[in-house]
Amino acid sequence: MNGAHHEEHEHHEHHGHHGQVSDVEARALALESLLREKGLVDSRDVDELVSRYEHDVGPLLGARLVARAWVDPAFRDRLLHDANAVLRELGISGEGLNIVVVANEPGVHDAVVCTLCSCYPWPVIGLPPVWYKSAPYRSRMVREPREVLREFGLELDDATRVRVWDSSAEQRYLILPERPVGTEGWSEDDLVPLVTRDCMIGVARPGTGGV
Amino acid sequence: MDVDPEIAHAAGPAALPRRNGELVFTAPWQGRAFGMAVALQRGGRFAWRDFQERLEREIGGAGPDDDAARYYEHWLAALERLAVDRGLVDGEELGRRAGEYRSGLRDEVF
Repeated sequence: MNGAHHEEHEHHEHHGHHGQVSDVEARALALESLLREKGLVDSRDVDELVSRYEHDVGPLLGARLVARAWVDPAFRDRLLHDANAVLRELGISGEGLNIVVVANEPGVHDAVVCTLCSCYPWPVIGLPPVWYKSAPYRSRMVREPREVLREFGLELDDATRVRVWDSSAEQRYLILPERPVGTEGWSEDDLVPLVTRDCMIGVARPGTGGV
Repeated sequence: MDVDPEIAHAAGPAALPRRNGELVFTAPWQGRAFGMAVALQRGGRFAWRDFQERLEREIGGAGPDDDAARYYEHWLAALERLAVDRGLVDGEELGRRAGEYRSGLRDEVF
C-alpha cells in the first residue's frame, strides 16, 4: 500500500519507549500526522467524531430512556406523550427526526417495521441492523408478524394481540417494553443493560436476549 | 457534530461493524481511521460515496480467509488510496512516514 508495506528493511535499532507499533497502527499514525500537518484534519475533530459515533449512536440512549420510564412514572408519561420534548430536555439531538414512543401493554405486543425503506429511530438506538432493512422483514412483519417474531425467538400466546407500527421518514417508532417481572427494586442503572436494541424494535423482550 | 445518516446507515459488505447497534472498534487505530475518513468527508475533501466504493472494492478484493476482524484494515487501505488519489497526501511520503512509526523513529501513539 503506497510503499508502506515495503519499508521493513528500514529498521532502526531503537524502538520508541512505547514499544513497537503494528503495521496498521504505523500506517494510521502516518496518515493522520500528514493530514494534520497539511491542515486537512484536526485531531480534536477526529476524537470528537469517534466518540460521537462510538458512544452516542448506540442503543444506550434508548435503553436509558426505557429504564428511566420503568422507574419514574411521570417520566414515562412525558416520554409517551412527547418523546421529542424529552429528548430535547435531555440534550439528546433527535437530529430533527420525529420520534414516537409506544408502550407495550399487558396482552399487546408492539413491534416496528419500515415497509417502505428502513426508517429507524437511530439517534436513540443506533444503526439499524441488517435484517431490519431486508425485504423479507419489511414485508413479512406486516403479513405474518407472529411467525416473524417466533423466528426471532419470541413466542406470543394466542391471547396476545400484535400491533405493528410502520415507521416513516416523518414518524419513527421506539417501543417501550414492559418491565421484566422480578426486577422490582432495581435501580435505573441496573435496568439499563436489560434493554437491548431488539427490545426497542419489538422483536425481543427485555431479559430474553437479542438476536 | 451531527451523525451523518449516510455514514451511519451504510449497508452491504461495507456496513460498519456493530455490536448491539453500537460501533465496534477493537483497537484505537481503527477509531482514528474511522474518524479521519468522516472528518475529511465533512471537510468536503471527498464524497462519502467515493470512499464507500473504494472500501467495497477493498473488501471485495480480499481473499477467502478474510474475516470481519479485518474490516478496518480495508477501511484504512481505502482511505490511503483515496487520500493519495485526491492529492491530499503523497503516496511516497506516506510510506516513508509509516516506516518511521514502525521503526520507532517517531514514537507517538494513539
